[in-house]
Amino acid sequence: MKEKSWKEIPIGGLILEAGNAEKYLTGSWRTFRPVLNKEKCTNCLLCWIYCPDSSVIVEEEKTKGFLYSHCKGCGICANVCPFDAIEMIEEAKYRQKQGEQKEGGT
Amino acid sequence: MAKILALTGDETAAEAMRQINPDVVAAYPITPQTEIVQTYSQFVADGEVDTEMVRVESEHSAMSACIGAAASGARAITATCANGLALMWEILYIAASYRLPIVMSVANRALSGPINIHCDHSDSMGARDSGWIQLYSENCQEIYDSLIQAVKIGENKDVLLPVMVCFDGFIISHSTERIDILEDEEIKNFIGDFKIEHSLLDIDNPVTYGPLDLFDYYFEHKRQQVEAMEKALPVIKEVGKDYGKLSGRDYGLVEKFNMDESDMVIIALGSTAGNIKATIQELKEKGINVGLLKIRAFRPFPQEEVRQALQDKTCVAVMDRAASFGAVGGPVFLEVRSSLYELNKRPQIISYIYGLGGRDVTVEHIKKVVDELSGIKKSGKVENLVNYLGVRE
Ligand code: SF4
Ligand code: SF4
Repeated sequence: MKEKSWKEIPIGGLILEAGNAEKYLTGSWRTFRPVLNKEKCTNCLLCWIYCPDSSVIVEEEKTKGFLYSHCKGCGICANVCPFDAIEMIEEAKYRQKQGEQKEGGT
Repeated sequence: MAKILALTGDETAAEAMRQINPDVVAAYPITPQTEIVQTYSQFVADGEVDTEMVRVESEHSAMSACIGAAASGARAITATCANGLALMWEILYIAASYRLPIVMSVANRALSGPINIHCDHSDSMGARDSGWIQLYSENCQEIYDSLIQAVKIGENKDVLLPVMVCFDGFIISHSTERIDILEDEEIKNFIGDFKIEHSLLDIDNPVTYGPLDLFDYYFEHKRQQVEAMEKALPVIKEVGKDYGKLSGRDYGLVEKFNMDESDMVIIALGSTAGNIKATIQELKEKGINVGLLKIRAFRPFPQEEVRQALQDKTCVAVMDRAASFGAVGGPVFLEVRSSLYELNKRPQIISYIYGLGGRDVTVEHIKKVVDELSGIKKSGKVENLVNYLGVRE
């Protein structure tokens, strides 16, 4: 998105377009990444209710995972999950692991 | 027909507010501003105004309530001073940055500590970078006139900034003077209706006030505030002229008194300008000529007007009723001195800090300043750049 000059934006820091926070990607703010354990998850949807960033993906009443482009990694979902089905993994460690797996040819 | 009343400065502010008839007044009492809130509460209780009076628990809440009201499209007014203004600090900046044209009387009083209830400008001078327009009033009539104009200045589409109308605590707030009051209807027509472009209560066109604004847009929003202050300069003059047509009393950014007759100038704002005028007249009879340049609008600072008024003068004394600790001279001095920098031939300039905590400034003090100006004129040299007038050495 091209950033606008001071002459092109509404004054007062106002946001005039409802719901445009979706266009603002906040996933890079994350230090810890929620990772879903599908075996433990009962689809109670508590995480979906509590997520302050609407970043829990639910399809047909089932928790599918997380919208990592917006998830800030606050950990609320993991905290409220009654079944311990969400693990918060340090982003750096997660990436390292992903890299290792790739090198291993998986 | 306009009427003539005898009112104190505080009562004058309340009377102007009555005629403005704002939608919301949220205020907390503090000496010497209390009578504004007290008198206005009576108007509300007597059904003389349509205002929703919000009795808040602090000045921080007073300004917060005004912001909420103004963001929803209400005309909001408040009043405070000194420590009350200091408690508002955080919210002052928010009011200005949301671009809400709130109007506020400030009955200038010294900031603690040690605690002091009397006049100086340390309260509003400290808020000079908060993004508020600041108009200083010399007397009760100017409080009335400036409050009415403040509504129109702040609400101007090119400006949209909050406005402080400052006047000296006790010296003006508690002095009874003769005031010309215009008709209610004339004021109503002059200020018109307040129509906010984006109201928080407009559910068909939702708007967000106060979202997070980081390194990518915050700077742009500050740049807009700078621009609005620039735009306020001609608007203050325009509104002052229009008000002159209505009332017979013209206003500008500065006021000149005996300026053409003299090459020595004293600069001041607030009630001291009155003392200086009296001194100038007294000295004139003795054949000594001094000019007064009264600064009415301190924010935005009328750099161009000040430069033009001083460019062919020999020496200038700037009076500050506030110290700026660690700076070279008071806040007004710093602005004036900086305004002169581009001139090829600059007048000599000297700073006087005076009247802190309500210390009286008399005709004798002003005469001392004139004496020193005469000395500078003769010698062409300023011995002491920053001076403390009326302090016991
Ligand atoms: S970590 Fe926070 S932001 Fe991310 S999905 Fe969980 S609750 Fe939502
Ligand atoms: S709270 Fe836990 S169990 Fe419930 S849907 Fe979310 S991840 Fe699954």
